[in-house]
Amino acid sequence: MSKSVRFLIPLVIFGALVILLVIGLGKDPSKVPSPLIGKSVPAFSLPELTDPDRSVGDEDLKGQISLVNVWASWCGSCRQEHQALMALSKETDFQIVGLNWKDDARDALAVLRMTGNPYAMNGYDPDNKVGLHWGVYGAPETFVVDQKGVIRYKHIGPIDRKVWEETLQPLVAQLKAEGA
Amino acid sequence: MIPELGHLALIFALILATAQAAMPLAGSLTGNRPWMTMARPLAYGQFVFVAIAFVALVEAFLISDFSVLYVAQHSNTLLPDIYKVSAVWGGHEGSLLLWALMMSGWGAAVSAFSRNLPLPVVARVLSVMGMVAIGFFLFMLLTSNPFERLFPVPPEGRDLNPLLQDFGLAIHPPMLYMGYVGFSVAFAFAIAALIGGKLDAAWARWSRPWTTVAWVFLTIGIALGSWWAYYELGWGGWWFWDPVENASLMPWLVGTALIHSLAVTEKRAAFKSWTVLLAISAFSLSLLGTFLVRSGVLTSVHAFATDPERGLFILIFLCIVIGGSLALYAWRAPEVSEGGRFDLLSRESALLLNNLLFVAFTVLVLFGTLAPLIYEAFDLGKISVGFPWFNKMFLALAPFLALLLGIGPATRWKSDQPSRLTKQLWLAFALSIGVLTLTSMSAVSGDDLWVPIGIALAAWLLFSHLLIVRDRLKHKQQGWRQAMVADFSGNGRSFYGMVVAHLGVAMFIVGVTMVSNHQIEKDLRMSPGDSHEMAGYRFEFLGAQKVNGPNYRADQGHFLVYRGERQIAELFPEKRSYLGGGMPMTEAAIDAGFFRDVYVSLGEAVGGGDWALRLYYKPYVRWIWLGAALMALGGAIAVSDRRYRIARARSTAPAGAVGAKA
Repeated sequence: MSKSVRFLIPLVIFGALVILLVIGLGKDPSKVPSPLIGKSVPAFSLPELTDPDRSVGDEDLKGQISLVNVWASWCGSCRQEHQALMALSKETDFQIVGLNWKDDARDALAVLRMTGNPYAMNGYDPDNKVGLHWGVYGAPETFVVDQKGVIRYKHIGPIDRKVWEETLQPLVAQLKAEGA
Repeated sequence: MIPELGHLALIFALILATAQAAMPLAGSLTGNRPWMTMARPLAYGQFVFVAIAFVALVEAFLISDFSVLYVAQHSNTLLPDIYKVSAVWGGHEGSLLLWALMMSGWGAAVSAFSRNLPLPVVARVLSVMGMVAIGFFLFMLLTSNPFERLFPVPPEGRDLNPLLQDFGLAIHPPMLYMGYVGFSVAFAFAIAALIGGKLDAAWARWSRPWTTVAWVFLTIGIALGSWWAYYELGWGGWWFWDPVENASLMPWLVGTALIHSLAVTEKRAAFKSWTVLLAISAFSLSLLGTFLVRSGVLTSVHAFATDPERGLFILIFLCIVIGGSLALYAWRAPEVSEGGRFDLLSRESALLLNNLLFVAFTVLVLFGTLAPLIYEAFDLGKISVGFPWFNKMFLALAPFLALLLGIGPATRWKSDQPSRLTKQLWLAFALSIGVLTLTSMSAVSGDDLWVPIGIALAAWLLFSHLLIVRDRLKHKQQGWRQAMVADFSGNGRSFYGMVVAHLGVAMFIVGVTMVSNHQIEKDLRMSPGDSHEMAGYRFEFLGAQKVNGPNYRADQGHFLVYRGERQIAELFPEKRSYLGGGMPMTEAAIDAGFFRDVYVSLGEAVGGGDWALRLYYKPYVRWIWLGAALMALGGAIAVSDRRYRIARARSTAPAGAVGAKA
């Protein structure tokens, strides 16, 4: 009896996997609700990547709209979205704040030197200390934070033109109207 | 007209696949011989029709027929011809068609090279392959028809993703798919054996060469992908633990376990149900990889256009194929006898340990890849894995695997004595300890210990395999050279194939160790005329100029590389903007060498003729891919072993007789 049960194990594991995939399929991976949406950003303070004497913290996210972009030099999709961020950095309605996540400062700085620096400032979080509180589980991720420092939206995956035009830009416009 | 023909050919292929799935299997269960003999012609027919469809699509690309939606989305009149052909599999629909072509190609190959197999086995194997093929044809015809028309016809196509306009990437997917789909043969053999209830050494011997060939293709495919990432992404990395890369690594890991476990089943009739489970898993993971890539449940740099409807279709397909075969396994496997007993110290135990390590690694990769989904499903919070996590896991398991790899092939089947094993291998062990000591002396800090460990492990593999070869030749009468030649043309090829593949692992270890720990990279701003010295090489920047390619414009830097006073290379890295739009692409310029690469990639123009750029010195980086190439070569040598050819030669006579009768 117990012997035949043993051979059912693979089927059971597969069943669990399917349930997981069904749940995954039902959700658009780029629209995962974050438990943090509608809440103030968790308090934090990190050294600035390019200038470790300065720090980046939750206070820096108040007073204007911020896109908090989680990135790392080892992340392929981040390289993909880097061009889009460079273009967005020319706009003045918001600031782009980087969260350099689980990365090596040397590699991260190299990326900025090579491909340009779209970030107004960059928190350096090599050990996932701040990422943990923000519920970051991959890179790239982008949080939209309003003028009062409240997280309003979280985008998972690279930002491209479509994402910007269809989702983020309207949201930023709305936040700007709210703030005015 | 031609695209419609292609579409029609696909429908015919579906009909033939349906017949192939049903008739031979029914025949094998009822003993109806004519139905069983239908298997081969149906498999050939299916292949012919898919080939017609494929040629039709290639034709549409070559003549730039933008009335076909898929062509308009992935090609452009300016695209060079070779990339027009590779653009056929540059998107979702065409990839599927390529997959289907290979699937039916493997089916036709099984029909052609299975003359020595009992007819019911062939019938069942081809039936199972037919069933899998039905799924793919339906998927294509219902959700992803590559021949869909577009009206009004656009004057120009949208161009192929610039990332894909590259020779390495043009041949990477076909190799990869050959591997993925090749595992369907091992899968079909396993399912056929479960249906027939006859799991024996003969079954393992039949599926072994097929599995190894599939594994060889997959190895080459993965290595090509890694090589491509290295020179094309301009980042000097060779593996990113991207979901798509992981999707190809998982079947490879299980496939590696499978080829080893098949050896046990063939030689000792042991591990039978375990081997079947691995065969099912290898193909299941290939399908799962497809699901992950196509459905968009995970975001990735490689992601093709994603579509939930397609995802749902693949998921249902996965449930039927994997769920069905695992249910069959749960039902039939308990009846399988566990043959050949073995001692704690024996070849069987070593291979079992090998299997456990590979499976453990697969589970970790699977977990890491799905972690975002798990997090999402259960809201577990605080789970994040990334590149560093995978590296840590790899470093935790790889040394044990390497240690075991030096011992395993030296052990005897069934039972071995520690004293005998020690006597055979002590020299290799002593030598690698020597290497470890020598190399650690130059290490400065604890972090640097990885280099001596890696080099010593590679040395261990080299020395132990030399001793293993010596041990095999010791008992022969001739000199070692003649003995080796005689052995090689005799029954020894699978042995030497194994040795070559294992030395490939050693080479791979050296490459990974050296490049991870000793590479140098520098970011610089250089003005024309500037020189920079790095790792004993002097890079002179002569300036950048605009150049025009067939479908792009580029800034091209010009570098001279000197070693001492001697100029050793002239490099032209480019930054390309494709006319079809999209982001600019970096074309790194690489001076490749056996012991090191020097690598220049162009960043941004920073004004006044100055450029931001990145210089790399990558010691032994080629050894990573050469190691993989050796593994693949080893597999190819093993497949050419005489005992598989004998089986074929022996069978030509009866096959001829059957032919005469028909």
